[in-house]
Amino acid sequence: MTTDQKQASTDRELTGSEILLRCLIEEKVEFIFGYPGGAVLPIYDSLYYGSIKHILYRHEQGAIHAADGYARATGKPGVVIATSGPGATNLVTGIATAQMDSIPLVCITGNVPQNLIGTDAFQEADITGITMPITKHSYLVQDVRDLPRVVKEAFHIATTGRPGPVLIDIPKDVSNAKAPFSYPETVSIRGYQPTTNPHPLQIEKLQQAIAESKRPLILAGGGVVTSGADQQLIAFAERAQIPVTTTLMGIGGFPGTHPLWLGMPGMHGTVAANRALLECDLLIGIGARFDDRVTMGRIDKFATGAKIVHIDIDPAEIGKNVDTYIPIVGDVKRVLETALKDPPVSQSQAWLEKLKGLKQQYPLTYKQSDNMLKPQWVIQHLYETTGGDAIVTTDVGQHQMWVAQYFRFSRPRSLISSGGLGTMGFGFPAAIGAQLAYPDRTVISVTGDGGFQMTAQELAVVALANIPVKVAIINNQCLGMVRQWQEVFYQRRYSEVDLSGSPDFVKLAEAYGVKGLRARTVDEARQAWREALDHPGPVVIDFQVDPEENVYPMVAPGAGLDEMMLGDEKA
Amino acid sequence: MRHIISILVNNQPRVLARVASLFGRRNFNIESISVGESEEPGLSRIVIVTHGDARTMEQVSKHLHKLIDVIKVQDLSIQQSVARELLLVKVGATASNRAEIQGIIEPFRASVVDVGINSLMIQATGDREKLDALIELLRPYGIKELARTGITALPRSMQIQPKAQMHA
Repeated sequence: MTTDQKQASTDRELTGSEILLRCLIEEKVEFIFGYPGGAVLPIYDSLYYGSIKHILYRHEQGAIHAADGYARATGKPGVVIATSGPGATNLVTGIATAQMDSIPLVCITGNVPQNLIGTDAFQEADITGITMPITKHSYLVQDVRDLPRVVKEAFHIATTGRPGPVLIDIPKDVSNAKAPFSYPETVSIRGYQPTTNPHPLQIEKLQQAIAESKRPLILAGGGVVTSGADQQLIAFAERAQIPVTTTLMGIGGFPGTHPLWLGMPGMHGTVAANRALLECDLLIGIGARFDDRVTMGRIDKFATGAKIVHIDIDPAEIGKNVDTYIPIVGDVKRVLETALKDPPVSQSQAWLEKLKGLKQQYPLTYKQSDNMLKPQWVIQHLYETTGGDAIVTTDVGQHQMWVAQYFRFSRPRSLISSGGLGTMGFGFPAAIGAQLAYPDRTVISVTGDGGFQMTAQELAVVALANIPVKVAIINNQCLGMVRQWQEVFYQRRYSEVDLSGSPDFVKLAEAYGVKGLRARTVDEARQAWREALDHPGPVVIDFQVDPEENVYPMVAPGAGLDEMMLGDEKA
Repeated sequence: MRHIISILVNNQPRVLARVASLFGRRNFNIESISVGESEEPGLSRIVIVTHGDARTMEQVSKHLHKLIDVIKVQDLSIQQSVARELLLVKVGATASNRAEIQGIIEPFRASVVDVGINSLMIQATGDREKLDALIELLRPYGIKELARTGITALPRSMQIQPKAQMHA
């Protein structure tokens, strides 16, 4: 906006919906992911001539996961708009997904006019109340004059400190009311002052602990990716000679091809990573929250001989799940930069040799088959043909773990996966958001036949806008991870996991005007994937894989990391 | 251990709900909760009585601080403080035992605030133990209705032998 236009806009009164759009332009929003409805009619009317690109999804859940995928791929906040009542409640899963993984979202919902709030009016829901436990903060705008400040604060809160989703609920009368517009330059929120710079004394303690340690280990989480600290982490690990394990959310925060990398830890972690967690004498958690998929909830068996250092921007994470020897509150990037000024070297040579040996002795493996396509092979093939730079999104389940295990991501923000909430239906719409942000990069949505059917309707979006997402369905005709648990823990009583009745995915894709391909063998898979990569538009590939395949290694819930099941191959 | 947590918050709609729902969601216990205006316009003070070990209290404090509308959190049970609640109790009373009841409540510096044909309403303030004791003494007369406000509290100005510092 030019200065003249700014001046003009302050001179006359604008409606709330026009003010909202001006605010979003001020925040440099590129895309709005959304779905219109009665309570947001004024907002959509303002959008009609607007410069911001709106993408119409087929379900609000698709819209918010797409906004989330855009945010994860770019680090910029995703913006989603939904109408009151059912529109707003359809956002709930997406909001919780973003909250669990600390993703910056600004969720704008319309609401019924204020004189109808509380009357159980048509399409009314108390969305502020419903989402209170799953947002970083929320606003119900009661006066159009508050709108610019609220939007400014919402973007600030969503993107700073530990990021997260912020909800702005705007009653229809506020959207229609008029006020002069001026966008605040600065934000001042008394109760919100995130600590970004670490305490120097704590850094000194960390350096001393590293110098004294013989078996140090870095547990790197999503915070490394969020703060953009990947280069600092590589430099720190290399100089201090400390091996690194990355949680699911931390994957890409440290290159999957680096000699110091041990793989993912925890329930489906590598032997090397889990043994390192069991035997380390210094555990440096960096932007990782010690989730029960890493600790197995068995703190009594987790890094028992180690001094635990916990680096996190959120003080409430420190001491939440594990007791901490050295707590360091601050932005991960700042902490590592400070620590890099005077980096000590650990005495870890023998330890590194040992872990290298474990990596060689217990690599991730699976049984090849002559007549069946193995899901692990498919993931490996996707990796080998695209390199570690492709953006891969997943849902939750077996395919997600195989991606985490077999795709060696070399840079951050390239694995986009619902880690904390484990949301089925997340990956495909998230891939659309990522592809919109990076039209020239290869974006692969690896999904299961179950999860894909939760948001498959968004095929309309990729078809219409020719968004070249490659959807790789790892089709085992069942809910694979649930089936695996039933096999192992419920004596093969396969209760309600058979997905017979799924559509012909090739025909489904074609029905939307999207290219559909199928592969049942290795040769077919190679050919189909080549064809998919060569095709300039969206493609759905139905990889029909061995339905019996399980994810190993595996640690049973309630067991310690010392009780790993290695699977048929290695037992 | 029993803790009295004083929380200074923005006086906004739903702030009490945010605080209370945080306790519920994180599985922290609330024994009593009271809220009212504070010394500063636009800010309210919520006083919550809760139970938990040091680790839980640290988590309570940290999670409260994460709420955008929370300005300050203090644990008043680890410093010298004054904690009071208000009790209103309606007891059965006849013409013959009114004087007797008067005699019981007098040492508690409680007062009669309403008189009915068959009852008296008594108002008392104090810490929890004092009010519990008063209720027990009045119980034989028949407690018809009873309401307590929950604790409100402030730290004492003079901190003689200060207790531990709360983790923020």
